[in-house]
Amino acid sequence: MIPFDYLRPTDAGEALSALGEPGSMALAGGTDLLPLWKRGVLRPARLVDISRLPWQAVEGAPDGVRIGALARLSDAAAHPEVRRRVPLVATALEASASPQVRNMATVGGALLQRVRCPYFRSQDLPCHLRTPGSGCAARDGLHRRHAIFQTEGPCIAAHPSDLAVALTALDATVRLRSPRGVRTRPVAALWRASVEAALKPDELVESIFISEAVARSTYLKVRDRAAFDFAVVSVAAVASLEGGVVRSVRLAAGGVAGWPWRLRASEAALVGRSLPAARAEAAALAAEGASPGAQNRFKAPLLVRVVARALEQLEAAP
Amino acid sequence: MPRHPSAMDEPRVSVTLFVNGRRRDVDVPACATLLDVLRDTLGLTGAKRGCDLGACGACTVLSDGRRVNACLALAASQEGRDIVTIEGLARDGALHPLQATFVAHDALQCGFCTPGQIMSAVGLLAESPSPEAGELPARMSGNLCRCGSYDAIIAAIAETAGLRT
Repeated sequence: MIPFDYLRPTDAGEALSALGEPGSMALAGGTDLLPLWKRGVLRPARLVDISRLPWQAVEGAPDGVRIGALARLSDAAAHPEVRRRVPLVATALEASASPQVRNMATVGGALLQRVRCPYFRSQDLPCHLRTPGSGCAARDGLHRRHAIFQTEGPCIAAHPSDLAVALTALDATVRLRSPRGVRTRPVAALWRASVEAALKPDELVESIFISEAVARSTYLKVRDRAAFDFAVVSVAAVASLEGGVVRSVRLAAGGVAGWPWRLRASEAALVGRSLPAARAEAAALAAEGASPGAQNRFKAPLLVRVVARALEQLEAAP
Repeated sequence: MPRHPSAMDEPRVSVTLFVNGRRRDVDVPACATLLDVLRDTLGLTGAKRGCDLGACGACTVLSDGRRVNACLALAASQEGRDIVTIEGLARDGALHPLQATFVAHDALQCGFCTPGQIMSAVGLLAESPSPEAGELPARMSGNLCRCGSYDAIIAAIAETAGLRT
């Protein structure tokens, strides 16, 4: 393990300028960064500890809920404003990681966590993400847990964040801060069809905003074991119904693409129709365009079934 | 006197922790984890190094009252925190109720995961003093027991929480 230096700036300005130095990386909860460092995958020269910057609050606003990027997963999930107004966020957070990790990890880190591909997480195996141009060992190796959509790119790792999938379905936004100022982007735009978030090295997630709409929501996560595991396939669904007819709907899936995957064909099949009548057709459309490998073909029919089940739950949801 | 080059290059930090009620000022490598400091600097070997990657929970301790994986916490980032390890649980020679129920239920075989299991259960009951029996396994999902003593572990926690099993 290669030693690094440690800095704990007292304000955001100092932190951002330290992050501008080559070799700097931001440390928040550390639950993803430290294992990657121990395995030699990440080699920071300097960790800039941002965990005590004042970005931990969860606040209800008239039009929605703002969650500081440094709020712990367990604090955000337990917050009354989150539970009452955007329960989907609490459900997705409680489905993430273990109780210990939820006490350490931050919501910003949950969004920006790196992929779980074992080739990425070993310093000895070929991986395009770790060493561009070295190829992808998963494609001809173990890829049961990998993506089934957009697999022609250089990396086929699947997106791991439950929170990001929920926030994509909720059309949430992130506030990003850098020495050049603040910008607000849709959460879904963080990835721009890439498994790595499009942040500058000296840019930090400051907060997440979820606008409250009268809507039903559900999160359904299928894993290899019932707790403390990443999604094999997950679906977040948000919809407004009027007299049983779908007025609007957003569906996002995890574990099937390199980023939170919107199921637009399924959404289009639901709008303007009654949920039970359109459910099967919408679910079947979820796997359209899938291009799985030899070991993860099962994910296409699994996704169809998870969408169908999520839509059933949505019907029953308050 | 020249020092070994790698030791000279290795950045160090001064950290103050409050471990089991006692103030500890340590000077450690900047890259030391809380687990490194507890075990190697302070000699508190109750918290175990299992996977060292946050998957097994054998290193679980309380930080400001909340259960965390000591292997995933950088010691420097714990500055000023109250840390409780298994060594700090008994009071005046009397076992903590969870220690007593773990003994009564024989909730272990090899015992390697036990300090982490007990500290995690202490954290669980602090988060949720009256848990439902059915939710205990998921709430203990951050702790593995490769001897498979899960039923006895859950029974010990349930008894401590006043649940009938």
